Amino acid sequence: MKTSRAFDLWRKAKSRVAISLLLLGCGLAVLPLFAILLHLVREGASSIDWNFFTQVQKPVGELGGGMAHAIVGTIAQVGLASLVGIPLGLACGIYLSEYGGRERLAGPVRFALELLASTPSILVGVFIYGAIVVPMKKFSLFSGSLALMLILLPLVARTSEELLRLIPQHLREAGLALGLPRWKVILSVVVRSAWPGVWAAILLGIARIAGETAPLVLTSFGNPSFARGLDQPSASLPLQIYTYSISPFEEWHRMAWAGALVLVLTVLILNAITRLTGGSNEHRRAE
Amino acid sequence: MKRFHLGVVLVLGSLLAASGVLHAGVQLQGAGATFPYPLYSKWFSEFQKSHAGVEINYQSIGSGGGINQLLKGTVDFGASDAPMTDQELAKSSAPIVHIPTVLGAVVLSYNLPGWKGALKLSPEVLSDIFLGKIQKWNDARIAALNAGAALPATAILPVYRADGSGTTAIFTDYLAKVSPEFKSAVGAGKSVKWPAGLGGKGNEGVTGVVKQTPGAIGYVELVYAETNQLAVAQLKNASGIFVAPSLEGVTAAAQGVLKTMPADYRVSITNAAGKKSYPISGFTYLLVPQSGKAPKQKVIQDLLAWAVTDGQKLAPALSYAPLPKELAAKVQATIRGMKVE
Amino acid sequence: MKADRIFLQILRVAAGASLLVLAAFFIQLFWAALPAFRAAGAGFFTSTDWSPGQQEFGAGAFIYGTLVSSVLALLISVPVSVATALCLTELLPARLAGVISFVVEMLAAIPSVVFGLWGVFVLSPVLRATVQPFLAEKLPWVPLFSGPPLGIGMMSAGVILAIMITPTLTALSREVFLAIPRLQREAALALGATRWEAIRVAVLQSAKGGLWGAIILGWGRALGETMAVTMVIGNRPQVSASLFAPAQTLAAVLANEYAEATDDLHLSALAAVGFTLLLVSTVIHLGAKLWIRRGGKA
Repeated sequence: MKTSRAFDLWRKAKSRVAISLLLLGCGLAVLPLFAILLHLVREGASSIDWNFFTQVQKPVGELGGGMAHAIVGTIAQVGLASLVGIPLGLACGIYLSEYGGRERLAGPVRFALELLASTPSILVGVFIYGAIVVPMKKFSLFSGSLALMLILLPLVARTSEELLRLIPQHLREAGLALGLPRWKVILSVVVRSAWPGVWAAILLGIARIAGETAPLVLTSFGNPSFARGLDQPSASLPLQIYTYSISPFEEWHRMAWAGALVLVLTVLILNAITRLTGGSNEHRRAE
Repeated sequence: MKRFHLGVVLVLGSLLAASGVLHAGVQLQGAGATFPYPLYSKWFSEFQKSHAGVEINYQSIGSGGGINQLLKGTVDFGASDAPMTDQELAKSSAPIVHIPTVLGAVVLSYNLPGWKGALKLSPEVLSDIFLGKIQKWNDARIAALNAGAALPATAILPVYRADGSGTTAIFTDYLAKVSPEFKSAVGAGKSVKWPAGLGGKGNEGVTGVVKQTPGAIGYVELVYAETNQLAVAQLKNASGIFVAPSLEGVTAAAQGVLKTMPADYRVSITNAAGKKSYPISGFTYLLVPQSGKAPKQKVIQDLLAWAVTDGQKLAPALSYAPLPKELAAKVQATIRGMKVE
Repeated sequence: MKADRIFLQILRVAAGASLLVLAAFFIQLFWAALPAFRAAGAGFFTSTDWSPGQQEFGAGAFIYGTLVSSVLALLISVPVSVATALCLTELLPARLAGVISFVVEMLAAIPSVVFGLWGVFVLSPVLRATVQPFLAEKLPWVPLFSGPPLGIGMMSAGVILAIMITPTLTALSREVFLAIPRLQREAALALGATRWEAIRVAVLQSAKGGLWGAIILGWGRALGETMAVTMVIGNRPQVSASLFAPAQTLAAVLANEYAEATDDLHLSALAAVGFTLLLVSTVIHLGAKLWIRRGGKA
């Protein structure tokens, strides 16, 4: 029979091993980020020059090309998606949080948003392709931003609903007691109080859709130069990175790395800002 | 608030840049083959330089994609190495014209580190490799073709096209001609079920996989192998001679069909007779509607006319063979026959 | 008040619009998929024969690829994520925990295409040159490690997916652990448990249900990843016992083939693949939410 002392030592040893393994696991979780960032910087930093930000795609074999068209395309598509998606998402969030109790529509809407949020983004692209691109007979920046909007919408709606619910009831009651109409109470009191969190969620959503590739493959299609209209195909940064990276041309690979570095830095900075100012934890991968 | 304002300015500025307000002129949308992409990207860039106000957006998504998008009407012109089948043509509401632009060679590029010779392959061995029957590089049959060379014992990884590809169509057309087993087991077409290997997306993707994977062998257009310094195999042609891929070989392969060229130019020139012929050669086509509205149709017509005259001069530098002169003249007549409404 | 009524109407329209869009989504996808389902029947899900050229459409290989790559990702990620979450809640001092938690969250922000890029140029060559030959050499009789080491393939996809779902799993596990009252741990320690025993008994035991919910949610997210997977999985619709072999997933085949499906049946089959993916993803998410709401009890 083991002595009590020996058994205790065994337990302590087991504990030390287990704790070390846990710490090792934690290290493993942290490692990939640094590995990826390091590689991005090593491969991409040297290719970020003035050309990168001002030139468009050059033919195969020619040097000096850039990703200006992709950057502008992304800003335009994300901007357009946000222009529609943020108000719409906020409206849904307000609807669910402030009127959710009484409205019959609330349950189905919440369910629908939940489903939309869990849908793989490639399917959003497939939907827009079938519903807009083919009937319109054109790939367009507009359909790309529509796809991005559908991804942004549930994110903004669900997070704003959660945040608005957290606002204590007595604030609403105080507003009403002061004679404000309900809509004013909601907008000027409730939403305004929740605004920092909501804004953080919006920024996270924007960062997420800025990195989306899959839905744009079938909607805005790509363009070696600037799109000439909202109804024309457009390049975007993640899509351009994808196209360049699967190519066998060294010059394009270098630009893919540079583009990846720019994209990741932008997204990380956006995330860092919101995280550091107390933003929400709810986010998903951009594809 | 300043950051917010900056954001708004950026977004509006991009929207403005993206809107048609700042630009005038014609933008053409094209999509399709990856086979001629290096040449087409040069062509479109040069054409744009000499024709102000024209912008051409060509997305290299594969011949299958090009045909599909043309049929759906989302692009103004398509590009494919495989001529459209009768079935596909029937799907189009308006007649489509095939315009052959250049000739190219489908080469077998391989990655065999540590072995420096020029690999020789016969049609039978090649089909068996892609049928998955020959699995190692040091197989006796490969050694027999290469004067008993001591090839490494690495596993062979065939790399094919994962997307619908005209390059695949040309390659499988050749293999089906030289190997009855391949014809019945796999068949020819833009998209077939490969018994073995790995899929890459586009000529670009296949080249990328071959470049990165020791032991890989994949079929790509010549310029992709050259730009990436990949070794290419010599093939035994119909006359029994081992030929390395070259512009002469491709042009020689086309000689045989010149007299019997159909009016719609849909032909196959694989396994052509002739001592110098390279066995896996093919035309590549631009697919355009027979008639269309101005100004786009006029620009397309001008583009095509330029491509078969001035554009031909740029082809050899990028390892594509220009059209034989007699053929080019015929094609020019076809282009002039296109209607602009 | 009139303004209030108008306000509510506007909100109703907005909410209703989202509902309509989702309905349109499901209906459109299902409608497009119907011809393929009718043509193939149940065989659509079981047959692994996907040849557009021969008009044969069986999504079995994609279902296999999706399941195996996501389960492989879970096998790798769950231990790492749970360990990380435990470190963050039980072991590390608050400031360090904050930093690490921040770093892990930043990982979540990296777009899929960048993971794909890194996977193709860094991870796959490393797997091909070191890990896979090592496994093939030491455990040649295990069918999981048979076949030539290619780098690109199921293993690469599994590892990349594991890295991609780790932040989600860590965050979810962390929430589960934080919900356990402090008293439990203190009680265990007071009874003389070692650090590890306290964690095991007080935390892990009670967290089991919640952890399962987190795992299922993480699984749902792994299923939908497209870009990174399509760049490293090899794009070959096949079922193979080996982890070294190339494969294909439901999401990846959509990205590859949708733009070029000329033939109506092919297009319909792809829509059917999309519908299958949507169904699987939805069922798993809803299942996870239900599980969590039920408090994690079966």
